[in-house]
Amino acid sequence: MTILVIAEHDNKVLAPATLNTVAAAVKIGGDIHLLVAGEGAGPVAEAAAKIAGVSKVLHADNAAYAHQLPENVAPLLAELGKGYSHILAAATSNGKNILPRVAAQLDVDQISEIISVESADTFTRPIYAGNAIATVQSSAAIKVITVRATGFDPVAAEGGSAAVEAVSAAHNAGTSSFVSEEQAKSDRPELTAAKIVVSGGRGMQNGDNFKQLYALADKLGAAVGASRAAVDAGFVPNDMQVGQTGKIVAPQLYIAVGISGAIQHLAGMKDSKVIVAINKDEEAPIFQVADYGLVADLFEAVPALLSELN
Amino acid sequence: MKILVSIKRVIDYNVKVRVKADNSGVDLANVKMSMNPFCEIAVEEAVRLKERSIKEGRVATEIVVVSIGPTTAQEQLRTALGLGADRAILVESAEELTSLAVAKLLKAVVDNEQPQLVILGKQAIDSDNNQTGQMLAALTGYGQGTFASKVEVSGDSVAVTREIDGGAQTVSLKLPAIVTTDLRLNEPRYASLPNIMKAKKKPLEVLTPDALGVSTASTNKTIKVEAPAARSAGIKVKSVAELVEKLKNEAKVI
Repeated sequence: MTILVIAEHDNKVLAPATLNTVAAAVKIGGDIHLLVAGEGAGPVAEAAAKIAGVSKVLHADNAAYAHQLPENVAPLLAELGKGYSHILAAATSNGKNILPRVAAQLDVDQISEIISVESADTFTRPIYAGNAIATVQSSAAIKVITVRATGFDPVAAEGGSAAVEAVSAAHNAGTSSFVSEEQAKSDRPELTAAKIVVSGGRGMQNGDNFKQLYALADKLGAAVGASRAAVDAGFVPNDMQVGQTGKIVAPQLYIAVGISGAIQHLAGMKDSKVIVAINKDEEAPIFQVADYGLVADLFEAVPALLSELN
Repeated sequence: MKILVSIKRVIDYNVKVRVKADNSGVDLANVKMSMNPFCEIAVEEAVRLKERSIKEGRVATEIVVVSIGPTTAQEQLRTALGLGADRAILVESAEELTSLAVAKLLKAVVDNEQPQLVILGKQAIDSDNNQTGQMLAALTGYGQGTFASKVEVSGDSVAVTREIDGGAQTVSLKLPAIVTTDLRLNEPRYASLPNIMKAKKKPLEVLTPDALGVSTASTNKTIKVEAPAARSAGIKVKSVAELVEKLKNEAKVI
């Protein structure tokens, strides 16, 4: 059994979610190869070769792969993947974009967002916004799987010494082209990688009030998230959404401010180590999952929390 | 231009989901069913593109809405017709199908209808797979713009702005192309009563996977479905000072 893991990167840096995906591959068992497809992503391939448990790194360097366009990367994966028992990618926006296209090209069903490996062919995954957990068995010759990072502790980024092999296959479908990319400018840590996350909900009342959470987050070195209700109401952009339809996070500390705790939000944060809830409604469902609950008006509690930390 | 919109009948997003006692699945008996929220956004986007084409004096867009599911999915197709779709197709299947099987059926419909644009929801809120649009793109060989927050058609291409981790990405796709919707693409309208009445007279064709010559065999088998492990409630603190004290000295996380 040999497993192909797709490295998540931006041509410069290997994304941490790759380490969680390799951890899932380790649980499945077998040789683990990592594919770095990109343009000028040499530093990523070097970093990938050091990951504990990886025995070979395949490096496909081509302008067509620069922006991970699925029209070009999926055919590469479908071609390389034929020799493997499993193809794994992190369930990031990139992995979710590419992998189903690979599965369809290989004519197999995909298993999305696994949270555990029961055996080499059986996995669990959340369905119905995390209200149920399905155990799914695959009889496909090549099992195509996306991995929810929070379900697996990352493997060590150092310690391995895999050989890097160049892959020359070039695929350029010519049906799509990259126009632009805008990364939200922030000095704060990335939401899914942050050790502390401060999130606001509908209780924040407007986008301007989120400034109070930014101040709190900066004090704590935290990332800022939001509930779907806050995103739907237009307070903050969608890339801040924590929940089944947004980001899945599992930080050391999650502070939910003015969030009622809809199941779809809980699905995105309930694996956090410590959960704090601040809400003036003591019946709010968020208190049922919070380790520390504070029933208070957030507009008094958040400034008080900030001054207490100062 | 012709737009094909694919929709799914799912449990209403407000319904509390309960796992069946025998762990065979989720209890859907006597439960309110609705159009998948991301599919509503897909229908709305198609209607807006059509309205724009009429306003700008171009050839009016035709919107064909398709669903793959049980006979009762006709209700959701009628809803889509009430919102502005022109005609509907139901590919009737009583069994639960995988995303790949659905994508293969949609490919057959695309072959028959030859739309310029196919719009789907990014994921259904029951299976949470997030696969069908990407798979349809693979089977048709079309470009894909997933998790769209903005769709602009011009000439023979479409610019799609996508929600990605940490920001937004814009890609340009040659038509025909596949688009899947994310939350902020638009806010779906409600159907007006006259439009709901009119929708009853719009054509709705019923097909079967056999008639489309598609096998819906699957390599995935669901062994069991269980309720998630519950997280137990902790304590209520009385003040901000107590909270900070607990986080520092008890939880040791700050």
